[in-house]
Amino acid sequence: MSATPNASPTVQLLSPAGVFAPSDAAAEFLPYLDRLTEADYRRFYRDMVVIRRFDQEAANLQRQGQLALWVPSHGQEAAQVGSAYATRPQDHIFPSYREHVVGMIRGLDMVDILRMLRGVTLGGWTPEDHGNFHLYTLVLASQTLHATGYAMGMQLDGSTATGNPETDQAVIVYYGDGASSQGDANEALVFAASYQTPQVFFLQNNHWAISVPVTRQSRTPLYLRAGGFGIPGTQVDGNDVLASFAVTAKHLDDARAGKGPALIEALTYRVGAHTTADDPTKYRDPEELAYWVARDPIVRFRAYLQGLGVEQEFLDAVDEEADDHAADVRRRALEIHSPDKHVIFDNVYAEPHPLVQEQEAWLERYEASFEGGDE
Amino acid sequence: MSDTIVSTALDPANAPTLGDSAAPAVPVSASMPMTKALNAGLRKAMQDDPKVLLMGEDIGPLGGVFRVTEGLHAEFGDKRVLDTPLAESGIIGTAIGLALRGFRPVCEIQFDGFVFPGFDQITSQLSRMRNRHEGGVSMPVVIRIPYGGHIGSIEHHQESPEAYFAHTPGLRVVSPSNSHDAYWMMQEAIASDDPIIFFEPKSRYWPKGEVLLGASGIPLHASRVVRTGTDVTVLGHGAMVSVLLQAADLAAAEGISIEVIDLRSISPVDYGPILASVEKTGHLVVAQEAHGFVSVGSEIAATVMEKAFYLLEAPVLRVSGFDTPFPPAAVETHFLPSPDRVLEAVDRALAY
Repeated sequence: MSATPNASPTVQLLSPAGVFAPSDAAAEFLPYLDRLTEADYRRFYRDMVVIRRFDQEAANLQRQGQLALWVPSHGQEAAQVGSAYATRPQDHIFPSYREHVVGMIRGLDMVDILRMLRGVTLGGWTPEDHGNFHLYTLVLASQTLHATGYAMGMQLDGSTATGNPETDQAVIVYYGDGASSQGDANEALVFAASYQTPQVFFLQNNHWAISVPVTRQSRTPLYLRAGGFGIPGTQVDGNDVLASFAVTAKHLDDARAGKGPALIEALTYRVGAHTTADDPTKYRDPEELAYWVARDPIVRFRAYLQGLGVEQEFLDAVDEEADDHAADVRRRALEIHSPDKHVIFDNVYAEPHPLVQEQEAWLERYEASFEGGDE
Repeated sequence: MSDTIVSTALDPANAPTLGDSAAPAVPVSASMPMTKALNAGLRKAMQDDPKVLLMGEDIGPLGGVFRVTEGLHAEFGDKRVLDTPLAESGIIGTAIGLALRGFRPVCEIQFDGFVFPGFDQITSQLSRMRNRHEGGVSMPVVIRIPYGGHIGSIEHHQESPEAYFAHTPGLRVVSPSNSHDAYWMMQEAIASDDPIIFFEPKSRYWPKGEVLLGASGIPLHASRVVRTGTDVTVLGHGAMVSVLLQAADLAAAEGISIEVIDLRSISPVDYGPILASVEKTGHLVVAQEAHGFVSVGSEIAATVMEKAFYLLEAPVLRVSGFDTPFPPAAVETHFLPSPDRVLEAVDRALAY
């Protein structure tokens, strides 16, 4: 990070100490803050705290054998909360697999995410009933193309760029610094630029793709790649929830208004492991971790709120709510039951398929042959 | 040999009906090459459903490198016929997004050997979307792939990769062998709510065949006896069907009666007509241009032996492309199963 933050190309509104000190690059995004009330600020803070506590609880569940895997989002809360609040109800969100709080903000029950990680479903929710928050996609960058195709569809069916911001639609797709190297991410940018889709590419640069640093993925700041595709690119301090909101709000507004796609690179940090199967102590410098922990998004925003005079009772109540939420999720996660074996065969095809039908019937007969086995 | 196929491939049950006197006069049948039949099928599907759109490389004003989409861009415009950037994963991946949005995309892959940049999106995403969503979404996406040899072309332009797709749960795989089937199967594929890999035998693109426009197609996944016989059943799909019919003609001159089955659907396989035929002949030869190892022919041979062991008087034999890369075109006739190679297998089967 630059020693003179105000001259940095990075959009930043809050200093790491939580002081409102916009960087030069932030100027064009400042008007978007006018949309926020103090109640919004409190929601931002509440959601960041609740999701971090949930994240910890989910990791605990994994360690206790209740989940196959957990994918932590610790450290990336501001990028996700800020960008999620910039979406409108009519927008569609294509996540990668770490955007838990984006789902929460769009109305998803966090237990639904755990269902997939507990191994009882390959999906977990119906996007149309959960704020158009689409399913997690585990093959990196695959969803960037689905998002672009979906945005092309919005154009083709006339649901965007009509001039009515209350109904015009846009897509936001989340991916990361590792995924940015995939062919699909680049093809999605080519298609999006070519068709001028109503779409924001929200790239969370958390600096690590499991054990490989971002310097192996790119020799240039990732937001600069946007220029090569012919679309606007903005780098934002992803640990600054207000900056993340403002930058995303502007680019989503532009997308809905027919001004085409944009790429946002949110600089953040994966404080935890890639997943619960990972051990970052084997490849990461503790000093780097300390640098980022000192720039913690929740600590920063709490300091800002305290500067605004937000009372301690609110902060305490949020902590309590986060504990309650985590406890509730834990209780309900333990109640998730396994599906019937027929889930193997259901929904492979829309229309009857003889091979699948035969195999399902065979399994039924085979397993029945062990029941009441005295005959 | 197109007239041979036409005369045997058309089922009299599909004869046109002329009962609706109020309907405008439309030709009840027309002779056209498969490219035109596919074009007519695409046009009909686009007229019937505004959600049908075409996407691919060079399919707009040019009409595709094989001209299958010729005239459709002019007729339907660039919101229905999308010339895409040159990126197969991009084509398939965005088609998935369009299908999620309620469209019915028909993607053209320019040549068989160019599908693999899109293979991940097909096998890891397209084929599984419905399953991952627990039935909440459908993926009515058709991927058209011109395939197969006999055209003397360069590397990556003569391949038969159907087994890769047939191996993937969630996909359906079909291949017409003649103009009539091409016209109807294209419409049926587009109407299906499942993703369909539609293999077009490019060596059969140009021979003309009769298309019964006033009839209807038989079910998309039905296999069909296209020539009846009593001694040996031979089976294949796409361009192989014309090879099998030639083999049957040659065999007839020697007093051997061959029954020919056009598979039409590679996944799922319609075993009804195959088993009924084997019950009659006791012999089965499966022919394909594709490499034989872990192939569609291998699967059918294994399944027929499981289901009809006591009906068989000889092992099911395969006639395939060799397990080598498709060779330089100068020697492709040695690689591709010919009528004589089919008859060599027929003779071996009858010798048991």
